[in-house]
Amino acid sequence: MLSALHLIVAAIAAWLTIGVLALVSVRDSARIIRLLFIVGTGVGLLLAVVAFMAMGQIAQSIVLPLGLPDLPFHLRLDSLSAFFLLLLGVTAAGISLFSAGYFRDSEGSAPGLLCLQYHTFLAAMALVLIADDAYVFMVAWESMALASYFLVTTDHRIAEVRRAGFLYLLIAHIGAIAILLCFGVLQGGSGDYSFGSMRSVILPGAWGSIAFLLALFGFGAKAGLLPLHIWLPEAHPAAPSPVSALMSGVMLKTAIYGLLRVTFDLLNGQLWWWGVVALVLGLVSALFGVIFATVQTDMKRLLAYSSIENIGIIVAGIGLSILFKSYDKTLLAALTLTATLYHALNHAVFKSLLFLATGAVLHATKERSLGKLGGLIHRMPWVAWLALVGTLAMAGLPPLNGFVSEWLLLQAFLFTPSLPQSFVNMLVPLAAAALVLAVALAAYVMVKFYGVVFLGRPREPNLAYAKDPGRLERAALVWFAIGCVVLGLFPVNVIALIDPVDAMLVGSTVGGRGGSWMLLAPVNADRSSYSPIIFLAVIAAVVMLTIQVVHRQYHGRVRKGPAWDCGFPLQTPRMQDTAEGFGQPIRQVFEPFFRIERTLPSPFDTRPQYKVALEDHFWRWLYLPVAHAADAVARLIGRIQQGRISIYLTYSFFTLLALLFFVR
Amino acid sequence: MTATGFLSQLLQLAIALLLAPLLVGWVNQCRAWLANKSAPSLFLPYRTIRKLFHKDAVVAENASPIFRLTPYIVFAAMALAAAIVPSLATDLPFAHAADAIALVGLFALARVFIALAAMDIGTAFGTMGARREMFVGFLAEPALLMVLFTASLLSGSTSLPTIVETLAHRELAIYPSLAFAGVAFTMVSLAENARIPIDNPATHLELTMIHEAMTLEYSARHLALIEWASALKLFNYSCIGLALFLPFGIAQGSFDWLAVLGATPVLIAKLAVGGFALALIETLSAKMRIFRAPEFLGTAFLLAVLAMLVNLLLGS
Repeated sequence: MLSALHLIVAAIAAWLTIGVLALVSVRDSARIIRLLFIVGTGVGLLLAVVAFMAMGQIAQSIVLPLGLPDLPFHLRLDSLSAFFLLLLGVTAAGISLFSAGYFRDSEGSAPGLLCLQYHTFLAAMALVLIADDAYVFMVAWESMALASYFLVTTDHRIAEVRRAGFLYLLIAHIGAIAILLCFGVLQGGSGDYSFGSMRSVILPGAWGSIAFLLALFGFGAKAGLLPLHIWLPEAHPAAPSPVSALMSGVMLKTAIYGLLRVTFDLLNGQLWWWGVVALVLGLVSALFGVIFATVQTDMKRLLAYSSIENIGIIVAGIGLSILFKSYDKTLLAALTLTATLYHALNHAVFKSLLFLATGAVLHATKERSLGKLGGLIHRMPWVAWLALVGTLAMAGLPPLNGFVSEWLLLQAFLFTPSLPQSFVNMLVPLAAAALVLAVALAAYVMVKFYGVVFLGRPREPNLAYAKDPGRLERAALVWFAIGCVVLGLFPVNVIALIDPVDAMLVGSTVGGRGGSWMLLAPVNADRSSYSPIIFLAVIAAVVMLTIQVVHRQYHGRVRKGPAWDCGFPLQTPRMQDTAEGFGQPIRQVFEPFFRIERTLPSPFDTRPQYKVALEDHFWRWLYLPVAHAADAVARLIGRIQQGRISIYLTYSFFTLLALLFFVR
Repeated sequence: MTATGFLSQLLQLAIALLLAPLLVGWVNQCRAWLANKSAPSLFLPYRTIRKLFHKDAVVAENASPIFRLTPYIVFAAMALAAAIVPSLATDLPFAHAADAIALVGLFALARVFIALAAMDIGTAFGTMGARREMFVGFLAEPALLMVLFTASLLSGSTSLPTIVETLAHRELAIYPSLAFAGVAFTMVSLAENARIPIDNPATHLELTMIHEAMTLEYSARHLALIEWASALKLFNYSCIGLALFLPFGIAQGSFDWLAVLGATPVLIAKLAVGGFALALIETLSAKMRIFRAPEFLGTAFLLAVLAMLVNLLLGS
């Protein structure tokens, strides 16, 4: 009997095969590679379907005789893996479809190589999600990091891209070391690195906390938590858009998966202060990310910072969930975890949609800077309208999907008075306030993003030649836009889907408690309820009715005229707010957050120039000192490098002696 | 959903739609009196809306469908908000579709659309208005949510009818958390409804306007709907305030004609007093510079957070 896990392994193999085929197919490669991406889409869909079926089933595991002689691959599929595989499959399918159209005329890496890297990346992410021992996990994790590194540096002829890629690789490895150490702690002296044995180990004393902190650090580096977020805004603009979408939509979620796996599955018993740490760190990241997003002038950097915000919200949710779990409030822990996972899914969908939309804009205009776009809704109606869905979803507006997860999370926050510790009770309302502030700022960011790119008048003359992308790309955008709407309108079904994960991780579920298929009522209908379908229906009905009544009762006459603008006669597109102008109030309010370098023109300048550069304080406060320290240490170590073979032989001799002494 | 519940729902919505311009007329009248001017008619807003509906709409050449759709969406959002805020009765079937958090989301939806429409034409004033509106909104929205959270913590529910029913049955006393929340709510309402000291509904002075700057390009029926929606927004905010802080006289339990008929004059009386208070605040304060707005709204936000903390500390 073929199990779901076998099918998933087959899907991984299929992705790898596609990659290899792309590499060997040299002739007429453009068409073949397009075809291969479409096949990859099919594999993604298959993976999603299999994962969907596997949700809530009994965990399956197999051992593959691969790898080193004594260390076979342990693979396991449980509800947590299945949920994230579903996320991966759904997102990868859409992005592959987009890529089929997008990578036709790529520069930089050869298309065949790109296709191999892309599919290796997908396969590695899937393998991370089903790994059941530390060894496979690390192999898959590192393959994922390397494949994505090569994808980020697709345009490797540009120095900035190489620099961004290096930064990404560096932080990925710092994170990987922490994860490796975390597994080292988790095996608890048993020497058995399979997850099965880690689950049964009871860690003595503070070791559990050390493992948690290492996991938070390691997975946080991959997810983009403060202070290791620095690679995100560099790597995303450097990477091709589908790769950005994949990294932001899925790869960051594998880090969330890892954190959940370690915290809730591998570690026995959570302490309340872990929750506080994660909650605070998450919220600080969320606020930091969104504040930086408001002042960005590059549309992909803006989305990258917004990813930091969303990851922050997700980690804050995990923190709250740990908090509830540690006080044995499993129902509330389940509610929070549902909100968290829901948000992870939502973020994958709407962020992919927006990154792909920026890709379409980038291809059509060759322009990434927000200051040189505008008015694209007239030139690229498909992309503009579909991006509007993603924009509203990300702004957290009902009835789309972004709102549902935030609603659930806020509901969870409102339950805190039931916690026994008063310090935590005081902290959580403040956390709720921070969360709400981040969400409100996200709306600001999204209005800026959408308004500057798609609305208004074109800021450059050559935008008149922009046009919608091909059918494949449009289909991919439609796929994600539908995702935003469906996830927004049917929360009850989505929550039912997440329930098995809750049951597995915290031992309680949310679904089926008051309410019906169209009324979401997580605890009971008297306490709180939300029905996106009725919400949408009422708004749509009132809109239709008003249009009808107004047109029947009065008239529908419209005259076209030039814009009025308070009667100012001279208007140019340059007089609209630029991205900088739109973000300026926030920059002024949150000035201490930024390192601002500004050159203002003097009033007598005949050719005035205005320049402003914003920088993260972290560069100067954290990264540069660390980099200098690393340099100094390297120089110090460099002293023992004499360049004479006799001295090196002496070193080897002493090393051997030392080893003999210790190992015996 | 019962038929009578649906009926009370529609009745409340109809009363909100009809009363909203009257409230604006009343506030304007009070402002005129307080400024020692001769007051315009109480029914001037109705006449303005009617006049606007008759005119031909002028739409800028480069407007996208978002621009033309926005007035309807904003109007619909405010109508839905009027349906779920318990102003006359608490037996509101639609209130199950959207609780207090969704209500804030609803206001945000309207705000985002109107800001997008303002950016759509690509004029200097439109984008400036959009920027300022989002700027005010990013602090006002969390503050409003915190106020609603305080009420939710008091009543153990985020559903507005339940909040009203719980709060109405408490014994009459001054609750410290509600006092903080009340002040915060008043400040937020002033900002959200484009009132002095944040904005001035009567101004068309280019450099100071916020809400008016966004709606500059609208004319005729679109402008009529925007104006009506603004009136509804003021009405909704007033009703939220009354429901949270003076929840008396609202018909509770299942639908009852007499109770609703009795609640209507009470509501009108409360709104009349509230409208006068609003006019008084506007007359007594001066408009702030836009960069003072964060201080004002930040204060509101902090007060609302304090309200929540006080609630948790004192349990009241």
